[in-house]
Amino acid sequence: MDYCPHTSDDIARMQAVLGIKSLDDLFADIPRKFRLDGLPGVPAPLSEQETLSFMQALAAKNTLPRVTLTGAGAYAHYIPAVVGHLVGRAEFYTAYTPYQAEISQGLLQAIYEYQTMIAHLTGTEIANASLYDGASAAAEAAMLCAKMSDRPRLVVARSVHPHYRQVLQTYAWANGCSVTEVPYRASGRVDLPALAALLDQDVAAVIVQSPNFFGCLEEIRPLADETHRCGALLVAAFTDGTGLGILKPAGACGADFVVGEGQSFGNPMNYGGPYLGIFAAREKYLRRIPGRLAGATVDKNGRRGFVLTLQTREQHIRREKATSNICSNEALCALAACVYLAALGKNLARLARLNVDKAQYLKNRLADLAGWSEVFSAPGYNEFTLRCPDARAANERLAAEGIVGGYDLRADYPELDGALVLCATELLSREDMDRVAQILKS
Amino acid sequence: MSKLNPSDRFYSKDHEWVKDTGNGSVVVGITDYAQEMLTDIVFVELPAVGKKVVKGEPLAVVESVKSVSDVYAPVGGEVLDVNTRLEDNPELVNADAFGEGWIAIVKPDNPGELKSLLSADEYDALLQEEKH
Amino acid sequence: MQLIFEISKPGRAAADVPAGDVPAVSLEDVIGASFMREELDLPEVSETDLVRHYTSLSRRNFGVDLGFYPLGSCTMKYNPKINENVAALPGFTGLHPAAPEAFARGNLELLFDMQRLLCAIFGMADFTLQPAAGAHGELTGVMMIRKYFEKKGEKRRRILIPDAAHGTNPASGALCGFETVTLGSNAEGGVDLRRLDALMTEDVAALMLTNPNTLGLFERNIEEVARVVHDRGGLLYGDGANANAFLGKTRPGDLGFDVIQLNLHKTFSTPHGGGGPGSGPVGVGEKLTDFLPVPRIVPCEAGLRWSSDFPDTIGRVRAFYGNFSVIVKAYSYLRSLGAAGLIRAAEMAVLNANYIKEKLKPSFDLPYDRICMHECVFSGSRQVALSGVHTTDIAKRLIDFGYHPPTIYFPLIVAEAIMIEPTETESKETLDAFCDAMAAIAREAEENPQRVKDAPLSTPVGRLDEVLAARKPDVCWSKPKA
Repeated sequence: MDYCPHTSDDIARMQAVLGIKSLDDLFADIPRKFRLDGLPGVPAPLSEQETLSFMQALAAKNTLPRVTLTGAGAYAHYIPAVVGHLVGRAEFYTAYTPYQAEISQGLLQAIYEYQTMIAHLTGTEIANASLYDGASAAAEAAMLCAKMSDRPRLVVARSVHPHYRQVLQTYAWANGCSVTEVPYRASGRVDLPALAALLDQDVAAVIVQSPNFFGCLEEIRPLADETHRCGALLVAAFTDGTGLGILKPAGACGADFVVGEGQSFGNPMNYGGPYLGIFAAREKYLRRIPGRLAGATVDKNGRRGFVLTLQTREQHIRREKATSNICSNEALCALAACVYLAALGKNLARLARLNVDKAQYLKNRLADLAGWSEVFSAPGYNEFTLRCPDARAANERLAAEGIVGGYDLRADYPELDGALVLCATELLSREDMDRVAQILKS
Repeated sequence: MSKLNPSDRFYSKDHEWVKDTGNGSVVVGITDYAQEMLTDIVFVELPAVGKKVVKGEPLAVVESVKSVSDVYAPVGGEVLDVNTRLEDNPELVNADAFGEGWIAIVKPDNPGELKSLLSADEYDALLQEEKH
Repeated sequence: MQLIFEISKPGRAAADVPAGDVPAVSLEDVIGASFMREELDLPEVSETDLVRHYTSLSRRNFGVDLGFYPLGSCTMKYNPKINENVAALPGFTGLHPAAPEAFARGNLELLFDMQRLLCAIFGMADFTLQPAAGAHGELTGVMMIRKYFEKKGEKRRRILIPDAAHGTNPASGALCGFETVTLGSNAEGGVDLRRLDALMTEDVAALMLTNPNTLGLFERNIEEVARVVHDRGGLLYGDGANANAFLGKTRPGDLGFDVIQLNLHKTFSTPHGGGGPGSGPVGVGEKLTDFLPVPRIVPCEAGLRWSSDFPDTIGRVRAFYGNFSVIVKAYSYLRSLGAAGLIRAAEMAVLNANYIKEKLKPSFDLPYDRICMHECVFSGSRQVALSGVHTTDIAKRLIDFGYHPPTIYFPLIVAEAIMIEPTETESKETLDAFCDAMAAIAREAEENPQRVKDAPLSTPVGRLDEVLAARKPDVCWSKPKA
């Protein structure tokens, strides 16, 4: 199946207009010796029906879990039906970037609404139209701090998502910055005295996460104060935005940049992407931040309208001096988040409470099992860390029952061998959780 | 049409002007021709007061909707003051490039450097060339 | 139109939350009051209001499904519906990325086969599917170049970039600590070999080349360009933004490219979603495979698994493994077109661009008049001189004719540029009607220039005050004070 509408007669007429004898003439600029004859290794076409069967068979090779107990940066949440219907409007999803504002008011206004909701949720004044994902958003924020301050060091909490730390390391290396890790304490939180000892005039930014990778809530205010004392900036990340329905946002506790993963807001887990890089900041950084921004303005008749604004920050104008090289972002995921948040409204707080209830229930059930115990004392949202007799065996037993178990910390935190980070969202029923406890008990 | 280039100051080939205040410092701005080429200026990024600038290196940045231009230091020295009114009113550069749209006051390291710049007549001639 | 906040009314909600089936805990006890937010100020609307609001917004938006979208360099081809259905299969959407590999056999097979097919189509040794977009792929590619020279112990500080390149190229180079040096084009719009020879020193790590370039022209001297770069120890980077032009006609690997990035949302028809998500796979030749980002898929006893055990890798460039769902759509597209369909796509895309070029030649200046590839670049200079109508006016007037405007003012080396990329999915009738509209606007520019300058006349808002938007930025709504 291809999607080229020309008939042979169309092609003949068009060739006549061009004065060419064969389509081959159009490729005359490609040196003859590099010209291909066919595409060896690429299979023959499939009809639409065959494509569907083939792809269904591939999807069927996956095991769709009955229950998912891992969070760790991607979350199984319920997505209200309206989200898919509205995001599925072809006027939205078959559009390119809204450069032509007059015929892109729909997306531009939705992005403006999204920016407004995100700024409010994160406790900041401004948010951009999205970056790739939470990890790259954190890295972009750190790079911006380094660029603005001309300082070469970054300090990241060891309790930040391992992928986020790895991405930060990659970006920092390419930019000639160094990254130092600050340890966590027995509570599961950042070791504040250790942080204070690491900070000096060379540090551009401190990157923390709350709730952190272990599920523990960080005390942002003292971290911000300590960070600011040496003139560095605080980047605070989050991975499950639904918590913001009840949690005090880092932006209200002194963070300079709040970044995070917005997948939880109406986007499926999709085996890792596309996700939504949330990027919010204090207003004074408005002209420096990476990514697109929708802004309100008026037309010549005074009617309100929206445009992509402050584009001089971006690569297509500033080129090598741009804040970031980002061009395509995750606009459709941002639209999903916008619709999701508008759909829930104040119910986001109820949803968040339900997540806490479920997590408490699961944690208590599992902590009651012989040999299972809580690792950290700091409170959390919907994730928690438990030590168990044999983490790998526990996950294998759950997998045999079609359940994706907890995140095994062994590889990323050898010092926490035997510990699992588990997550409970509104999707888990009491029955599910009882069953999990039953499986792990035997 | 650009305004006349006042004869009480010096000019650079990059379209900055420099005016001696008579007390050891100079005022720096961009010329009316420059603001006209840039069209509507939407933002001026000012240097920090106290910053040491090198002649020919970026002193400030002016932005229009679709372009960004560096303002190069026409003389080397220390930034003594900046026109903070531009933070909220960048359009002053368009309206009055030679007056209220000034950008910074610099204390030149070497006041003799001014002599190497263009006079108003020489700058007029440069613009004539650029327009052809 | 009102904002969602302006139709909000306390007490409404479009989405409900189930009653709990576990004991409700006290948040004050479990979390602590100091960790709790004081206010939650999200819109409160009914489901009816919500659906009407965003449906109304969608009607103020233009997509490929509404009409011709000849946005140069963006390859806005039709997005086949079957690929949307396929990507929405629960087997693909429902899996957590950290799920054990045993749960993800189908996903791993799909990703691995996609890499294999891209290697075959582009002549590369290996691919990573991780980058989230083309620019992210560029960044990944340039990082690998940096790592390659680091490993060799060579300090090369510069990257050459032609003046016609996308802005992402110099931005990606700079983000990896390289000084970017602009390489001027020759009179034919290609690489100026004499300048290349002079600039390609021992200090240059790579030449970043878009081929066909942003003028839509294939680099005829590609063999010589690659030879010069390689002879001086440099690498040749290929920006694959324009890959739609040569599918099945030639392969970048054969042409001498050491690393290329693709844009699945262009060449492989995944919808662009109003600005994203995209996907920017990076292909490399043998020289660079060690430096690919992790994790990578490797064969194992049970089939396939993820591995990060590559000591020379640049590291990780994002969380998890890439924009998986976008890759599913591209893979479905690739399999349904097959070899024959891909070749036909390239042929029809190039035929369509040349047809438009030929038909519009009488109405607009054509700075580089030779066979083009997938797009053609005109200049609106004639209209500026005749009647003061600028390219932006022509673009806005096209909106009134029901078309999305072409890319304008890019590439930067063409004054008043009008960059048209029709793609292969448009019929002759559509192309003819578009050319008629362009010719009509050219005539109108002479006869009634004010009408063109006032365009668009048919949209919910007229031209917007971008100066105001940039001088007094308003990027978040604030509630009017009571």
